[in-house]
Amino acid sequence: MVNKKFIGLVSAIALLGTPALSVAADSVKIGFVTTLSTGAGAIGKDMREAVDLAVDHLGGKMAGKDIEIIYEDDGFKPEIGKQKTDKLVKKDKVDFVAGYIWSHVLMASYKSVVDSDTFLISSNAGPSPVAGKLCHENFFSTSWQNDQTPMAMGEVLNQRGIKNLYIMAPNYAAGKNMVTGVERTFKGKIVGKDMTKFPAQLDFSAELAKVRAAKPDALFVFYPGKHGAQFMKQYSQAALAASVPLYTVFTVDSISLPRIGELADGSLMTQFWSPDLDVPANKKFVADFKAKYGHYPSHYAAQSYDSIMLINSAVEKVKGDLSNRDDTRNALRLAEFDSIRGNFKFGQNHMPIQNFYLRQVGKDPEGVYTTKVVDTVYVDHQDTYVKDCKLSW
Amino acid sequence: MNWLLLLEQVLNGFQLGILLFLLAAGLTLVFGIMDLVNLAHGSLYMMGAYFCATFTGWTDSFLLGALLAIPATFILGILVEVIALRNLYARDHLDQVLATFGLILFFNEFVRLVWGPIGLDIPLPAFLNSTVEVIPGVPYPTYRVAIILIGFFVAGLLYAIVSKTRMGMLIRAGASNREMIGALGINIKLLFTLVFGLGAALAALAGLMAGPILSVEIGMGDGILILTLVVIVIGGIGSIKGAFIAAIIVGLIDTVGRSFLPEILKLMVAEDSAATAAPAISSMLIYILMALVLAVRPQGLFPPKGVGR
Repeated sequence: MVNKKFIGLVSAIALLGTPALSVAADSVKIGFVTTLSTGAGAIGKDMREAVDLAVDHLGGKMAGKDIEIIYEDDGFKPEIGKQKTDKLVKKDKVDFVAGYIWSHVLMASYKSVVDSDTFLISSNAGPSPVAGKLCHENFFSTSWQNDQTPMAMGEVLNQRGIKNLYIMAPNYAAGKNMVTGVERTFKGKIVGKDMTKFPAQLDFSAELAKVRAAKPDALFVFYPGKHGAQFMKQYSQAALAASVPLYTVFTVDSISLPRIGELADGSLMTQFWSPDLDVPANKKFVADFKAKYGHYPSHYAAQSYDSIMLINSAVEKVKGDLSNRDDTRNALRLAEFDSIRGNFKFGQNHMPIQNFYLRQVGKDPEGVYTTKVVDTVYVDHQDTYVKDCKLSW
Repeated sequence: MNWLLLLEQVLNGFQLGILLFLLAAGLTLVFGIMDLVNLAHGSLYMMGAYFCATFTGWTDSFLLGALLAIPATFILGILVEVIALRNLYARDHLDQVLATFGLILFFNEFVRLVWGPIGLDIPLPAFLNSTVEVIPGVPYPTYRVAIILIGFFVAGLLYAIVSKTRMGMLIRAGASNREMIGALGINIKLLFTLVFGLGAALAALAGLMAGPILSVEIGMGDGILILTLVVIVIGGIGSIKGAFIAAIIVGLIDTVGRSFLPEILKLMVAEDSAATAAPAISSMLIYILMALVLAVRPQGLFPPKGVGR
């Protein structure tokens, strides 16, 4: 009996002394929602690696407080993403929620975070409502509004004299935005358009047959994550490259390149960032990322890294006192950090105003497939939905 | 109407139909004969693809990888039957659904542990990674032609086994009345095990053939399992012939619907709403067909003899 009481007492004292309890009150808590399971888990892994690297670069501290990152897996499903977000906000009481790869997952989780007066930093998804009508003072993005990247691609298509374009994209929030984007700037004729079921449809043979029959000057596609690798494989197997050149956004990235490099060699895409972008913060990020993980970071990783750096800039600015939400928000709005993209500032709707580049797949000096910037399409570009946003600051 | 395009879409439909048939054949054998609802059939499809990817990596040859993956999955199927499913034959369908659903979770987690979460690729040899002009003027991927040919060959082989051999006779008898063939002194346990292994091997063939087109990944069998269930419901449970015809019908409807429905809808509604509605409606088409079949002919289009009561 005595023994048991003794053990109980010791455990109680030990519990009181554990760092977790004493530190909890004095740490910056960041919930990070991404996809770690399913075939899209590779994207989540890249994002998590970037976040871990950012924490390393910050020495594990923001304004002298420990950084505590809680990763959650949305399982590629809006309803699970929302559940995990609710848990982060209500149970873990995090100071910031970041992450979100998928527009439909972000849309499902959006209100839970912003209404609870927690800051939401999107590290990828940029659906049009959150940039326009549904914009919120607590929402920030370190990526882009979905339309912007394909808008830049539309300009590239015009420059290259493409008259007839065929479009393929998955039928969900981001897919529709991407198509809207390219249609907004492309001046030629759209001879065909297929919106495929997402994420269920992985075989594009029927659509590729239609592309061949329609004989367009070019094919524009948006297939994120594993769908991109599938698409590139099938496009190559259908031997379309000779007759219908391919222009993509978010289809070929550093995650898929090790697997499909040869198939994507020379292919063109628009992006706000590239691993070879000549910016000091980017050089450090890419070099350290490659040294630590042995592969190139993707744009998902780059945006996630920036999310943590943005949060850090705000925490430093308010000297670790996150209790004053207005001060913290103002500090976030200033975005005083060295972004991996160089030029970066927030628009009225808290979406970035930034450059967009044309990049091309090729090999680096070591023979590894990566992307290189070949042209600047937009300088300091702002999304078109900002006019619908009622925020003022 | 573009006839070349229509022909190409028919080929695409056949190719999807063949994959569905290989899965449906195994599932319907198991369901029809053993009366076992095996939701884990899609997991065997996945395991076949993973085995093929692994063996292809070891041997550097897709053909060898495929040839090794089929017996490997056959053995795995037998192990699963002996260890887990044998005890479920006497239980009701709900228990079987729960237990085999558990197997799906098990296999998905098992694959994650062994092969990691990212998925694998099966590289195609150069002679398959090209195009041939099956229809003049339309280059079609050689590999997809190969899938169609192999599928028809296996369908023929299966037909020969089921209708001409002693094992096939027992299988047919089992599908009609399994108590009776047990009473006739047939080693029904061994027959069940072999049939299950055969089903697993067919699923593996479908999985490894799908591998180079789609990627090999966790849960790849879950989505196609639903389509397969639709196929056997339409074809008639326990009927190989029904599974074949229904698989081809479903493959054609899915592909042709996906490719021509937007144009057809555009004649009726505005272009924008047609573009949004078409993918949704085309993915519903086969379920609508299933509902119709269930309403008009609940035993399926081609039920095995003696079941059409």
